[in-house]
Amino acid sequence: MTPLLRVANVGVRFGGIVALERVSFDLEAGQMLGLIGPNGAGKTTLFNCLSRLYTPVEGDILFEGASILDKAPHRMVEIGIGRTFQNLALFARMSVLDNVRVGGHHVARSDFFSDALHLPWVRRQDHALDEIAWELIDYLDLHAVAHRSVADLPFGLQKRVELARALAVKPKLLLLDEPAGGLNHVEVDGLGRLIRRIRDERNVTVLLVEHHMNLVMSVCDRVVALDFGRKIADGTPAEVQRNPDVIAAYLGTAA
Amino acid sequence: MEATPAAIEATGAATPSVVRLPPAQAVIGGITLARWRQLAIIACVIVALVIPFVVKNFFIFQLTLALVYALAILGLNLLTGFNGQFSLGHSAFYAIGAYTAAIMMDHWDVAYYWTLPVAGVVCLISGFLFGLPALRLEGIYLALATFALAIAAPQILKFSPLEHWTGGVQGIVVIKPDAPFGLPLSSDQWIYFFTLAVAAVLYVCAVNLVNSRTGRAMKAIRDNAIAAGAMGVNVSLYKSLTFGVSALYTGIAGALGAVVAGFVAPDSFTFTLSIQLFVGLVVGGVGSIPGTLFGGLFALFAPNVAESVSKGLAGAVYGVILILVIYVMPSGAAGLVRLIVSKLARSAR
Ligand SMILES: Nc1ncnc2c1ncn2[C@@H]1O[C@H](COP(=O)(O)OP(=O)(O)OP(=O)(O)O)[C@@H](O)[C@H]1O
Ligand SMILES: [Mg+2]
Repeated sequence: MTPLLRVANVGVRFGGIVALERVSFDLEAGQMLGLIGPNGAGKTTLFNCLSRLYTPVEGDILFEGASILDKAPHRMVEIGIGRTFQNLALFARMSVLDNVRVGGHHVARSDFFSDALHLPWVRRQDHALDEIAWELIDYLDLHAVAHRSVADLPFGLQKRVELARALAVKPKLLLLDEPAGGLNHVEVDGLGRLIRRIRDERNVTVLLVEHHMNLVMSVCDRVVALDFGRKIADGTPAEVQRNPDVIAAYLGTAA
Repeated sequence: MEATPAAIEATGAATPSVVRLPPAQAVIGGITLARWRQLAIIACVIVALVIPFVVKNFFIFQLTLALVYALAILGLNLLTGFNGQFSLGHSAFYAIGAYTAAIMMDHWDVAYYWTLPVAGVVCLISGFLFGLPALRLEGIYLALATFALAIAAPQILKFSPLEHWTGGVQGIVVIKPDAPFGLPLSSDQWIYFFTLAVAAVLYVCAVNLVNSRTGRAMKAIRDNAIAAGAMGVNVSLYKSLTFGVSALYTGIAGALGAVVAGFVAPDSFTFTLSIQLFVGLVVGGVGSIPGTLFGGLFALFAPNVAESVSKGLAGAVYGVILILVIYVMPSGAAGLVRLIVSKLARSAR
C-alpha cells in the first residue's frame, strides 16, 4: 500500500545553509509521527515544504502517491493537508468564528459577485460552512469566545483556535508545529489527550513537531529525529530515545 | 458539502445539533446595540430623503458630491481596510470612470445611467490588470507604484494625440440630466436621488461582500497572507480581484462625479484627489463601511470650512482641522463611535 505521505531525499538550502539534506521517511495513514530535533534542525523547514511555502532543491514529496511539488500552496488543503504554525499565524483582527470559517474556505464555492449579491445558493453554502465551524468550536470548547476578536485572547486559547482552524480544513494529514510551545504543564497534558482524541475520532494522521519530549513519547507511534538537516534516527519512541546519535545531538546543543 | 457529514460521522453525533451562540449584545438605555444600529440606519435614510427638500440647490449639489466621494472612499476601503493593500492611485480610477462616462455621453449620446455599469467594468478590468504586477509589491512600495499612477493620469488625459476623445486641457462638458417622467424635482434634486439610489445599492453590496466567504478571505489576507494561503485562499487571485472591485467602486463614483459636476477636466483628477480620498478613508475609519460616509463628508466639507475660516491660510486651517480630528479620533469616526458605545454599554451594566 502506498503510504499517505512519502518524503523522498528532500534537500533545502538557504544560501550556504543546508536546512535539509536528503531527508526521507514514510508516514502511514492513521499513524502519529513525531518529528524531533534541536533548534535549527530543519523541522519547520520540512513543514514549509509540505505546505509548499518552500520548494526543495532536490527530492520529492508524495501525498497519496502523487507529487505535491507541482501544486500551488493554496491547493494543499484540497488534497488534504492542514497545518498549524510554530509562532501562531492567526487572523488577528477577525473573530474566532471567522478564523475557523476561513479554514473551511475550500469546501465552498463563491465569488465576489455572488457574495456581494448574497445569492440564495451562497446562503446555503454559508450555512454548511457555519455547520463545520460551529461543530469545531463545540469540539474544542471555544463557545465562550466564538465572537471575540482573536487578538484579545490569551495565548493558550489562541493555540486552540489555530487547531480548530486547521481541523476545519478537514485534513487527512495534520501538521502540528510545536503545539505545546508556551503552554504550562497542565495545558500540555490536556493537549496530549486532545491530540489523541483528534486522531481517533476524526481519522486524521498527525505529524507532530515538538520539543516537549514527554508529549512526543506519550502520543507518538513513531519518531523521526533530525539534526543539522539530516535524519539521524527513525523508530519507536523508546528506540529513538535510546539512540546515541539523538542523545549526542541534544547534549551537543545543551552544551 | 461533503465535509459536514464526515464531521458528524467522526464525532459520532446523530444530528448536527451544535449550539450556536449569537454574539453578546451590548444594551444601552434598554435597547440592544443591533436595534440601535437599525434605528440609526432608519434615521439616516429619513434625513437623506428629506434633506433635498429643505436646503438650497447648491448645498444639495455639495451633498451629492460628498456621497460620490464616500463611494470612492468605500472603494479604497475595500482595498486598504479589508485587504491590506495601499493605494495612492485611486484618483486615476476615479478619472477613468469619469472620462468613460463623459466620453460616452459626449461622443455617443449615451444616457448618463448607462455610463455607470460601463465605467464600472472598465475600472474593474483596469484595476485587476494593475493589481497583477502590484502583487509583487508590499505596503509602502505598493503605495509608491500607485502614486505613479496618480501622477500619470492627468498628463495622459492632456496628451494631445488623445485630445479628440479627452478634450485635452479643456476636458469635456456634460449636460446635466433633468428629472425624468415629469417628476417635480430640480436637476440637482434629481441627481441627488439618483446618486443616493446607486450608492445605496453599492453600499449594501459592500456590506454583503465583507461579511461573506469572499470577504473573510480578503480579511484573512490582510491579517496574515501566508496563513490565508495555507488555509486554501488563492492569495494572488483574491488580491488582484480586490484591486479590481475597489477600482470598480471608485470608477462608478467617478462616473457619477462627472454627471454631478457637469464636466470633467484633467486637473480635477490630480494626486490631490488621491490624498483627499486617503484622508477621508483614515478620518472615517479604516475598515469601517459606515465610516466612509463620514469620510466623504469630511473630504468635501473640510476644505470648504477651512476656506471660510481664512481665505489666505485655508491650507493651514485645513491642516489644523485634520490634526484635531486625528487627535480626537485616532481610529477615525468609526473608532470614536465604537469607543462611545462600549463606554455607554459599560456604564449601563
Ligand atoms: N527562510 C529562511 N531563510 C534563511 N534561512 C532559513 C529560513 N528558514 C529556515 N532557515 C534556516 O534553516 C535552518 C533550519 O530552520 P528550521 O526553522 O527549520 O528549524 P527548526 O528545526 O524548526 O528549529 P526550532 O526548533 O528552533 O523551531 C536554520 O538554520 C534556519 O536558520
Ligand atoms: Mg521550528
